[in-house]
Amino acid sequence: MSTVTTTTDGTGTADRSRAAVRHMLARIGRYVFLCLVLAFFALPLLWLATAPFDDTPTIGTSLPDFTLDNFRALLDNPYALTSLVNSVWLAGGTALLVVTFAALAAYALSRVRVPGRDALLYGLLLLSSIVTGTATMVPLFELAFRLHLIDSRLGVILILTGGLLPAAIFILKDFMDATPTSYEESARVFGASPLQIMRHIVVPVVRPGLATVGVWAVANVWGNFLVPFLLLRGPDKAPAAVIMYTLYTEGGQADLRLLSTFSLLYSLPVALMFVFVSSRYGFRFHGGIKR
Amino acid sequence: MSAITLRELTKVYPNGVRALDALDLEIADGEFFALLGPSGCGKTTLLRTIAGLEVASGGTVRIGERAVTNLPPGQRDVAMVFQDYALFPHMTVRDNIAYPLRIKKVGKAARQDKAAATADELGLSALLDRRPGQLSGGQQQRVALARAMACHPQVFLLDEPLSNLDARLRLEARTFLKRLQRELGVTTVFVTHDQAEALALADRIAVMEGGRIRQVGTPTEVFRRPANTFVAGFIGSTPMNLVPARVDGDALAVAGVRLPVPEEARGEVTDGEHLVYGVRPEYLDYSPDPVTDALTGQVVVVENLGSFSLVSLDVLPAEDGTATSVQVVVPEGREPEPGDTGWVAPRPGRSLVYRDGELVGSAAAPPVPAPRTGVGADA
Repeated sequence: MSTVTTTTDGTGTADRSRAAVRHMLARIGRYVFLCLVLAFFALPLLWLATAPFDDTPTIGTSLPDFTLDNFRALLDNPYALTSLVNSVWLAGGTALLVVTFAALAAYALSRVRVPGRDALLYGLLLLSSIVTGTATMVPLFELAFRLHLIDSRLGVILILTGGLLPAAIFILKDFMDATPTSYEESARVFGASPLQIMRHIVVPVVRPGLATVGVWAVANVWGNFLVPFLLLRGPDKAPAAVIMYTLYTEGGQADLRLLSTFSLLYSLPVALMFVFVSSRYGFRFHGGIKR
Repeated sequence: MSAITLRELTKVYPNGVRALDALDLEIADGEFFALLGPSGCGKTTLLRTIAGLEVASGGTVRIGERAVTNLPPGQRDVAMVFQDYALFPHMTVRDNIAYPLRIKKVGKAARQDKAAATADELGLSALLDRRPGQLSGGQQQRVALARAMACHPQVFLLDEPLSNLDARLRLEARTFLKRLQRELGVTTVFVTHDQAEALALADRIAVMEGGRIRQVGTPTEVFRRPANTFVAGFIGSTPMNLVPARVDGDALAVAGVRLPVPEEARGEVTDGEHLVYGVRPEYLDYSPDPVTDALTGQVVVVENLGSFSLVSLDVLPAEDGTATSVQVVVPEGREPEPGDTGWVAPRPGRSLVYRDGELVGSAAAPPVPAPRTGVGADA
């Protein structure tokens, strides 16, 4: 009896250690795989970190032959820095309009009972992907032309705002819905006007939502190429996304030194904004207040 | 003077629900007044209409000497405490209490002093710099009260003031609230669905059903002499026993026994008439031995409620054959066992009779409009 037990125990231990080894190997394999995937996606970012400081950057990543000449060359380019300023104007203007109008619309849609409200919201959301999409570029161009908004920053801002608003309203309405109406009613009983209620109560309570939508709008405009490319004529008004394209074609082939340096400068503001807003407000894509 | 006078007040919601139905009510200056009723009876709508958050479809609201029916809430000189307290989560306790003064354009230093003084009265001084999220439920309620007090309104309106507190805190807050109201002497109207809360707090109670007031009276009046079977069933921690009865000569035939007609109904009933006999479990005396003028039956359930027990007896069926159960409160130590036969005798002057749901012999009480069914919504 005891012999049998011992034998069973022996094989049991062997089985267990074999299983442990298999488990360990599986873990190692999994992490190696994950590292490879990560490296695949991290390489372009690594290129962005090294190439701008490289004397002779290539399409591959290597230890840079350190230099800051690329930045000097970029400063000599007449449009590089102005284009970044242009981008700030376009992104800031659009974000301001989107946040303002989306907040007002979302508040109204959340508080007033409109028949067919949800259908309206979903319809808008569906259409929004078309408005700034390629499909409507011809009529939009025609519209801008008739309104004398060709080669005008305002035209670009208005069209981008129109494209972003539906989704912004959709996100913000959720935040507004999660704000109890008793807050507003309480302020009303104390005699606050609608504008005071908006300023004192609603805006501070939904601030994380406003920050999220603002950042999202800036990031969207920052990366938009097609609308400013078609609507703005000269390079003096063109944003960074469009100027990047001109760097690429000058001299018939990609100017990797300028391109890499400019890419770095181009991505820094948005990355910094994300970090700042995230640490300040925290990103949330849903409403709900911790009480 | 800050009495509240409502005349023919009607509120019909756009979806056709008649939440208030030509309602007349007078609330005296300085009174602590309860609006009581089951959910959907229109009590919250009534409170919100007094506040101005709902616009009346008809009728008038007067506060003191002023007609306020068409005034916006901010100009009515009322303060409201909401069920969830509605403290602004992004403001400190100090800023919350000072908010009404900020709207009234009081200078920052002055309103902060006022907020600190008000907070001090309610024992909130240590919490002035906290956010509402860092306070307990009871503290939040006090902050909401302080905020309402800070602007010295003519009227306080409280929506379910105790419902968001846990059971133990509720008792504490109840005493606190009653004391505060007495000290301030401000006309206060509160809404509740809890009859015990209304009885404990209010100077007078309006019991509502279906957008109408079924009875207005002091807690003693509505408890002892419910004007109709609805109020009788709603008021009291155990509902009143309502047993079918028939007038038989100079007595009432109730569940197989003859009981004397209650004094106040004598001369108002006719022989052979079918009525409902009502008596509270608290006003019945249980006896294991036969007694005269008592209902008798078999004990079926004994519920221990601490210092007393609630005993249910199946009494003899009524003439139409429906089985009837009667509940009686028995002091501790004298509980019967299920299966025992017992006698329950109503105390003199504590039993009532109802004809078609209305109290008989209530000539002194104001007439109560006939109930309307199928209406009412609690907004």
